[in-house]
Amino acid sequence: MSSESDTPRPILYSYFRSSCSWRVRIALALKGIEYELRPVNLLKREHKGDEFIQMNPQGFVPYFVHGHVRLSQSLAILEYIEEAFPSPVRLLPSAPDKRALVRSLAHIIALDIQPLQNLRVLQKVGDERKVEWARDFITEGFQALEKGLEKAHGRYCVGDVATLVDVCLAPQLYAARRFGVDMSKFPTICKMEEVYKTEEPFIRAAFDRQPDTPEDLRAT
Amino acid sequence: MSSEKPVLYTYWRSSCSWRVRIALQIAGIEAEHRPVHLVKAEQTSQPYSELNPLQQVPSMVINGETLTQSMAIMEYISELKPDCNLLPASPLDKAKVRMICEIINSGTQPLQNLSVLKKFSDKQEERADWAKYWITKGFVALEKALKNTAGEYCYGNKLTLADCCLVPQVYNAVRYYVDMSEFPLISKINQTLEKIPQFKAAHPSNQIDCPE
Repeated sequence: MSSESDTPRPILYSYFRSSCSWRVRIALALKGIEYELRPVNLLKREHKGDEFIQMNPQGFVPYFVHGHVRLSQSLAILEYIEEAFPSPVRLLPSAPDKRALVRSLAHIIALDIQPLQNLRVLQKVGDERKVEWARDFITEGFQALEKGLEKAHGRYCVGDVATLVDVCLAPQLYAARRFGVDMSKFPTICKMEEVYKTEEPFIRAAFDRQPDTPEDLRAT
Repeated sequence: MSSEKPVLYTYWRSSCSWRVRIALQIAGIEAEHRPVHLVKAEQTSQPYSELNPLQQVPSMVINGETLTQSMAIMEYISELKPDCNLLPASPLDKAKVRMICEIINSGTQPLQNLSVLKKFSDKQEERADWAKYWITKGFVALEKALKNTAGEYCYGNKLTLADCCLVPQVYNAVRYYVDMSEFPLISKINQTLEKIPQFKAAHPSNQIDCPE
C-alpha cells in the first residue's frame, strides 16, 4: 500500500445531507485521511448535470476518486477505503465472524433502512405519506438493530472502537430524528448517538458542518 | 471450518436467500437448507426471531455463529474460501464487484421487497407498477456499470458475488414485466449464468420448499 502515499489526496463528491456521502465522510475522518470535498447539490439536480454524468455516468453521490480509482456506492467505497488505508485505524475487526457481525449490523442500516427512505423514494411516495413511511421503516430497522447492539456494544456499536456500524448509524440517526421516530424504544442506539455528539470525527463529518451546508442549517 | 454442516434458513423464492445459495454452490460449501415459509409468516415465529430479529431470510448458522444479511453472509463465505474468487484479490477489483452488488442489493431489491410492496399499496396492480418502476431504474444503473466491468460474467470472466446478486434480480424483473430488451448486457450475462450447474442448483424451482 506504499503507493497510496504517492497518489494525490482523494476527492469525494458529496451532498451535505446525503446519508451515503456522510458515511464516507465519517470513515475518512475516523481514519485521518485528508481529502478534497466537492459538493454536488442534489436538490438542484447537479448529479444529473452533464459535467457530473460525464465523470460518473451513474450520477450517484457519493463518488470517490483516488488516483485511478473511481467508485460509487457507499459500502463499496467504505470497504475500499478500509483496505486501501488499513492503518492506523480499522473500521472492521480482523476475525471473520466479527467482521460478519459488523457488516450485518451495518447492512441493516445501509440495505434495509436507508434505501427505503432516501430522497428519491420519498419523492415517489409523495408528501402526504412520506413522513409516516420513513418513520415506520426506520423504526422497524431500529428494532432489529437495537437487539443486535444490546449484545454487541461497548462504547461504540460493536465493542469499544468505531466500526462500519457507527459509520452507517450516525447519519441514520439524523433521518430518524428528522422523521420523528420514537427513540425512547431504542436506549442502546441513543447511547451511541450521545457518543457521536462528543467525538471529533463524527462532529466534523456531520451534515451541519459541510462546505455546502445551507446557512440556516449550519452548526453554530 | 467446523465439522458441523452449516445451516441455511431460506425461502425458495427469496432473492436474498437465493444469492447466498448460489455463493455457497460456487464456494463448494454444502449446507443444510431449512425452509422458512414467508407467506405463512414463519419468519415471525419466536425461535426464528431469536435467530434473526429483522425476521428476514436468509440466516446462516456456520462455525457456531449465526449470520444474517445476505451480503454479510456472502462476504464471510468469500473470506472462508478466498480461492473461489467470489471477491477478487485486489482492493479495487473487490470494490467494483461490491459496487455492482450494491446497485442491486441497495438500489433495487429492497424497494421491491414484499414488505415494501405491502406498505405501498393494497392493490396488486399498484404494487406491480411500483416494483417494475424501481427495478427498471436499478437496471438502468446496472446496465451502465456492467458496460465497464463485464466479460463473460458481471466482472470479467470469473464468477463473483455480483453474479450471485444478478440472477435473482433478473427473475424478479421478469416477474414484474420489466422490459428486458432495454437491458441487453444484463440479459446476456443472465442467460450465460442460468446454464451453469451451480446456478441451476440454487434456482427456486430446485428448492425443497418450492411448491409443486
